[in-house]
Amino acid sequence: MAFTVDEAKLWLINLNKIYQQEKMYLSELDQAIGDGDHGINMARGFNELNKKLETAEYHTTADLFKDAGMVLLSKVGGASGPLYGTAFIKAGGALKDKEEVTKEELAAALFESLEGLKLRGKARLEDKTMLDVWIPAIEFLQNHPKVDWDEFKKLVKEKMEGTKKLEAKKGRASYLGIRSVGHIDPGAASSYLLFVELARVCEGVGL
Amino acid sequence: MTNVGIVLVSHSLELVKGLEELLNQIKQSVPIAIAGGTDENEIGTDVFKIKQAIQSVYSEKGVAVLFDLGSALINAELALEMLDDTKYIKIADAPLVEGAYAAVVQSGIGGTLVEVIGSAEETKNLQKIIR
Ligand SMILES: Nc1ncnc2c1ncn2[C@@H]1O[C@H](COP(=O)(O)OP(=O)(O)OP(=O)(O)O)[C@@H](O)[C@H]1O
Ligand SMILES: [Mg+2]
Repeated sequence: MAFTVDEAKLWLINLNKIYQQEKMYLSELDQAIGDGDHGINMARGFNELNKKLETAEYHTTADLFKDAGMVLLSKVGGASGPLYGTAFIKAGGALKDKEEVTKEELAAALFESLEGLKLRGKARLEDKTMLDVWIPAIEFLQNHPKVDWDEFKKLVKEKMEGTKKLEAKKGRASYLGIRSVGHIDPGAASSYLLFVELARVCEGVGL
Repeated sequence: MTNVGIVLVSHSLELVKGLEELLNQIKQSVPIAIAGGTDENEIGTDVFKIKQAIQSVYSEKGVAVLFDLGSALINAELALEMLDDTKYIKIADAPLVEGAYAAVVQSGIGGTLVEVIGSAEETKNLQKIIR
């Protein structure tokens, strides 16, 4: 089986549920090293996206991702809005009009998302941002012809937790300098949730 | 328009409203536009607000964009990408209040976009108290 527009939709609808559930947790992480709104931002953006998905019809994954990106861009609010927005718009752009997306094509599309994130935020590995999850996650997907999704989930969890020891160089947390050490980066945590849910959906269709 | 336009971007609508008021005293014919807060006027920045603000003061004389923190820059750069002709739009690496003040003065005396951005950026080194 393959990843189609149905799986894309399922992924985003489930993500909305997860971000509503984890709203407090993500905001608490952001309270420690930022302005405490990351959970609120993600919950608001994905709630708007969910509303859109309930009514709009999409024929391709690309169209769905591009539209999702536009919603996140304007509704999330924080730095994570333009960042996640860009990620979905870029992935949509890479998938063109494909109806069935293979694992390779999905990995290639998410690689374009990552390139977009780098361009937008200008962060690098170990700057204590969501990129500390994104970079190893995409590398893993591209380097494994057949993905062991349990391994993948383990990896993103490790990388998310790994942001704890880092000093922030980008975003609000960078104003804290060395005092940002000892806390998980909120954007890394929301990206971890995003990838775990992607893994579940992919497992479900035997990708 | 014969003067460089100035766009003020902040996480807070109130903040740029106040700053605009301050600048109105000295602006003469300098076009000023603000983009503060999210689309619901909460704390944050909004790419579409920024884009609109730029368009509202746009001329070939140029537009200088000043911003406060974090996502303000990310969204300002994204807004620029959404606009077709960005040759005449530049983002200043400057503190918002002092930078905007210097930019308005420079634009008011007929400075070019490069001069306006230069004046704004010079305020980074401004010594406000001589000790
Ligand atoms: N330049 C950047 N590059 C990559 N990721 C970033 C960058 N800046 C912030 N982030 C990510 O965004 C997360 C914070 O998202 P959040 O929604 O809280 O926005 P914010 O920082 O409050 O935005 P704002 O700058 O508007 O206050 C961080 O934990 C980090 O992972
Ligand atoms: Mg925040």
